[in-house]
Amino acid sequence: MIFSYYPGCTLKTKAKDLDRYARMSAQVLGITLEELPAWQCCGAVYPMAKDEIVTKLSSVRALMSAKEQGNDLITLCSACHNVIKQVNNDMQNDRDIAGKINNYLNPDVEYHGETNVIHYLEMLRDKVGFDVLAQKVVHPLTGRKIAAYYGCMLLRPASVMQMDNPENPVIMENFIRAIGGDPVIYPYRNECCGGYVTLEDNALVGKNSVKVLASALENGAEMIVTACPLCLYNLGKNNAQHKVPVIYFTELLAEALGIKDRGEEENADA
Amino acid sequence: MQTLKKKLTEQVLRTSGVNVRKCMRCGKCSGSCPSYDEMDYHPHQFVYMVERGDVDALMKSNYRCLSCMACVERCPRGVAPAKLIEAIRLMVVRQQGQNHLKADQIPALLDKDLPQQAIVSAFRKYSK
Repeated sequence: MIFSYYPGCTLKTKAKDLDRYARMSAQVLGITLEELPAWQCCGAVYPMAKDEIVTKLSSVRALMSAKEQGNDLITLCSACHNVIKQVNNDMQNDRDIAGKINNYLNPDVEYHGETNVIHYLEMLRDKVGFDVLAQKVVHPLTGRKIAAYYGCMLLRPASVMQMDNPENPVIMENFIRAIGGDPVIYPYRNECCGGYVTLEDNALVGKNSVKVLASALENGAEMIVTACPLCLYNLGKNNAQHKVPVIYFTELLAEALGIKDRGEEENADA
Repeated sequence: MQTLKKKLTEQVLRTSGVNVRKCMRCGKCSGSCPSYDEMDYHPHQFVYMVERGDVDALMKSNYRCLSCMACVERCPRGVAPAKLIEAIRLMVVRQQGQNHLKADQIPALLDKDLPQQAIVSAFRKYSK
């Protein structure tokens, strides 16, 4: 299976692990990820205002580029996924926004949200299949108690994201089961870590992140996995007291598929 | 003054696309808000303050919303308080010279692990 792939700004810099292990694992699973040729940063937060147009152009360019390649578009970073999928929804359903953007970009064929935007986790669930993934596991994470941290951007708004039930999601837990681990359910798994406010108010973010960490630990977690570089940063920075490892879900995937060492070698070369 | 307030309120309603009159005052938005304790005004108040035309107070205090969409997801009436506060922020930062975050502040805020995502999203939220 071939997909277009949108890595996003942070996956090329501070979140190389999220990207590297995802690409390596995709190969093992028979998936070809073709990085979009000239993608631009999505802006990391969806512009909610009805009169924001320019801030949506980079997402539309990525969506149109995938359409030109004739592929579904795979995203991986929670923020990129949230922004690009919501902008695609605007292109489908908001005539004013879609009209202004098509007028500005003036493409040969207007874009109205034809591209399917699929998060890497959804690809594992819906395209590969968690049952097929389970068969490819060579190092099952047996006995490992792993807490999935969704945060806010993968799930909300559910009417647009349509990944899973926003209050009782199962996709990451089923992923953890597929690679042989033992998912930990805890109440704060879909509450916000504090997000971008980290830049101006560490204390506020600290309070939120500590609640998430404590909630996971109280329920028996040995580690936390996430798809979001900012969640990983915020949880990691406020982890002094709890010391629970927080890693990207793709790193666990690579470990279960028996290829994690290769990723570490690539990292050492880089 | 009354006219200015009315103009600001109309602008917030137009920019946000929110219908504040759908609110039934159940308070679920504020009950869901992870920043509730940090705010001068809380999500349920955003809604009735805008309905009342009390936008200028919100323009002075609106930087504690995390845009986590909990209030948007959980509102039984589809009111979306986060979209109101976003529209109010934009009315402030779209004024000339009113950026809440300026580029020359960034170097002092960096640490070696800070993801680009944090900087990009903060600029989107705080500056024009």
